[in-house]
Amino acid sequence: MKTKKINSFQLYLHYVSINIRSMMQYKTSFLLTAIGQFLVSFNVFLGIFFMFQRFSHVKGFEYSEVVLCFSIILLEFSLAEMYARGFDAFPDMMKNGTFDRVLVRPRNEILQVLGSKFELTRIGRMLQAVVMFFYGITKSNVEWNVSKILTVIFMLIGGTALFTGIFLIYAALCFFTLDGLEFMNVLTDGAREYGKYPVSIYGKRMLQFTTFVVPYALVQYYPLLYILDKSTNRFYILLPLLAILFLIPCYLLWRFGIHKYTSSGS
Amino acid sequence: MITMEHICKSYKIAKRNAGLKEACKSFFHRDYEEIHALKDVSFTIQDGEMVGYIGPNGAGKSSTIKILSGILTPDAGTCLINGKIPWKNRIQHVREIGVVFGQRSQLWWDVPVIDSFELLKDIYSIPDHTYRSNLDELTERLNLGDLLRSPVRQLSLGQRMRCEVAASLLHSPKILFLDEPTIGLDAVSKLAVRDFIRNQNEIHGTTVILTTHDMQDIEALTKRIILIGKGQILLDGSFSDITKGNPHIDETLAELYRSYDI
Repeated sequence: MKTKKINSFQLYLHYVSINIRSMMQYKTSFLLTAIGQFLVSFNVFLGIFFMFQRFSHVKGFEYSEVVLCFSIILLEFSLAEMYARGFDAFPDMMKNGTFDRVLVRPRNEILQVLGSKFELTRIGRMLQAVVMFFYGITKSNVEWNVSKILTVIFMLIGGTALFTGIFLIYAALCFFTLDGLEFMNVLTDGAREYGKYPVSIYGKRMLQFTTFVVPYALVQYYPLLYILDKSTNRFYILLPLLAILFLIPCYLLWRFGIHKYTSSGS
Repeated sequence: MITMEHICKSYKIAKRNAGLKEACKSFFHRDYEEIHALKDVSFTIQDGEMVGYIGPNGAGKSSTIKILSGILTPDAGTCLINGKIPWKNRIQHVREIGVVFGQRSQLWWDVPVIDSFELLKDIYSIPDHTYRSNLDELTERLNLGDLLRSPVRQLSLGQRMRCEVAASLLHSPKILFLDEPTIGLDAVSKLAVRDFIRNQNEIHGTTVILTTHDMQDIEALTKRIILIGKGQILLDGSFSDITKGNPHIDETLAELYRSYDI
């Protein structure tokens, strides 16, 4: 008898579909949340807009360039939050024992945790990001070519991976504290808020930290320099992809957490 | 076959006295107390057996179930289930077991039951025809019929439990762990679940391990009872070994717990 093995990706899509079906039970709630997400980010955009009414540029970056920068970070963050929301809800999974259910199923734990929640409402924020991105493009005088478009795509991939890694750390820490750690929000929501400006404006120390420790600069500052013709270093095109390596320590921490969980039962 | 030999497990539990001051103190320095959840637990369960695993709260029942289902790694001892070590070959092991946690649902709250079943089909990679025939059989025997198309949140507890039981059997597990499957159910639902479990064992030879505080469940379902208290197996025998013919089952059991000082 031949068994048709459902691969992880197919299974993940099935999880997404059941999440969407669940959500469709509450259409109004979905719409309102999505609109809310849109408005909140729009608010931040207005903040930038009004600030640039007074200042023409911030540390060498113009209004349109900041808008581009912010829209890309926002899109990365929303993408990660949309599909990695399960990590955010992970403290609850630990507390109410749902994680035991995950462990008695013959599938990878991360896949199941990711599948447990798919947050389509983030589409509101993504929409805001996309609108802002094209607005930024029309306002700025960037000359687009293949390598710049590739850079943006790499930024999106690397940035989404980076945020996913931070969410994963957040979840993995639950194995050690049993509770979500609020300070982690500095790295997630904080990064989204501060990430609207190229990290260099926060000083050299911050740039070093975001280059080597939590590599925001790799997906934001350096590739942005290339796109805005402030640097011609072609290495910057690929730099965002390097941020994917950040997932490795995050994953190891998660494995270590699971090991602790299965040996202590809590 | 399930064999457990000399399984030991202890936890470190952070201890502190009541009060804000103590809470602040524990922030800097914690005292740990070692709890011996399981002390040298050994038993063997043959294929097709139905075993009641009983004991007071905190006796070590759930630690045992967690070890058997591969969630928990013991400190010492060996455990083999159908030739596999549960916590070492977790993925392969859990393919062959079904677990029902009476107090925690595995169904998706807002979608029809059948949607959850379809997802389980993919999780376990159940072949189409096996899934079809299992689903048909379970639907008929548990009388699920119309329930399958209702969202879980609209089901009564009894209806939901029938669906939970079905969900854990879709992949034809050889061993079924039931953790308080009849908790909170009305008399009719209780009987339905019990009858079903008995039939499942008779028809498919499924090994059933049942933890419960409901002695009527035990009486109706299991010939063999393992009694655990303070992390040790105190008694491994038949239902009549425990009741000794006394019709007041709960009183007898309470008496027994007291006599073991557990």
